[in-house]
Amino acid sequence: MQEATKITNRKATAVSGAAVSILAFSGDISSASKESILAAYHSVNGATPKILLDFTGIDYINSSGIAIIIQMLLEASKSSAGTIAIFGLSPHFQKVFTMVGIHKYAKLYTGEKEALAEA
Amino acid sequence: MKNGRSVEVRLPSELGFEKVAMSTAASMATLMGFSANRIEDLKTAVAEACINAIEHGNQLDDSLSVAVVLSTTADELEVKVIDDGSGISASPAAPDIDRKILGEEDPRGMGMFLIQALVDEAEWHKGPPGKSFVRLVIRLDKEKP
Repeated sequence: MQEATKITNRKATAVSGAAVSILAFSGDISSASKESILAAYHSVNGATPKILLDFTGIDYINSSGIAIIIQMLLEASKSSAGTIAIFGLSPHFQKVFTMVGIHKYAKLYTGEKEALAEA
Repeated sequence: MKNGRSVEVRLPSELGFEKVAMSTAASMATLMGFSANRIEDLKTAVAEACINAIEHGNQLDDSLSVAVVLSTTADELEVKVIDDGSGISASPAAPDIDRKILGEEDPRGMGMFLIQALVDEAEWHKGPPGKSFVRLVIRLDKEKP
């Protein structure tokens, strides 16, 4: 009964000129999303020095979904391939991500423009 | 809405149905005049309580259901989430993101922490089957930042 996460992958160029991969999520992020989200991450990891996660289209994320993002950050911390940043979270989920400490390992930006300005 | 109103929802023990409880809690909170921010806090807390009840309390058993009882007073909304498990008595520990990133702590296990952080009161009661519950309260006069 859990809704699947839709994921699209696109490339962008940061203000610095660096190539950036953007994984855009929509729908729900829950325990059912683990395989698809980690597969999407593995497909772009190493392709660009920075990966941005776009949460603009996300309606619902629960603690199991947040754990998947932490799993991704754990993998990124062990790899020298690239860093991860996040944008498009609602104010509520910005607060929740900060409560659990994700902001220590992935910068949280309001929107894509702000994220690309610093990438 | 008059004081002392109560609504009960029964959820199948299947993940995803927590969203039915979230919607019901949000509707009750809207009727009571809670702000949009507090309603988002409540929705996340109710979702996490229901997920715990479905996954850990009822062990995803199709033959069991989770009861969600929402009760109002003039300035409080109380939500009880009742399951058939043996309950939880430990206080939720704050997640340690550094240990999680190092792989020393399970990336999961943040639900109880979020519940406690997002509502004004949260308490867990152990009991016989059908009597274990978590009780959440949000108050109209206490807007969390």
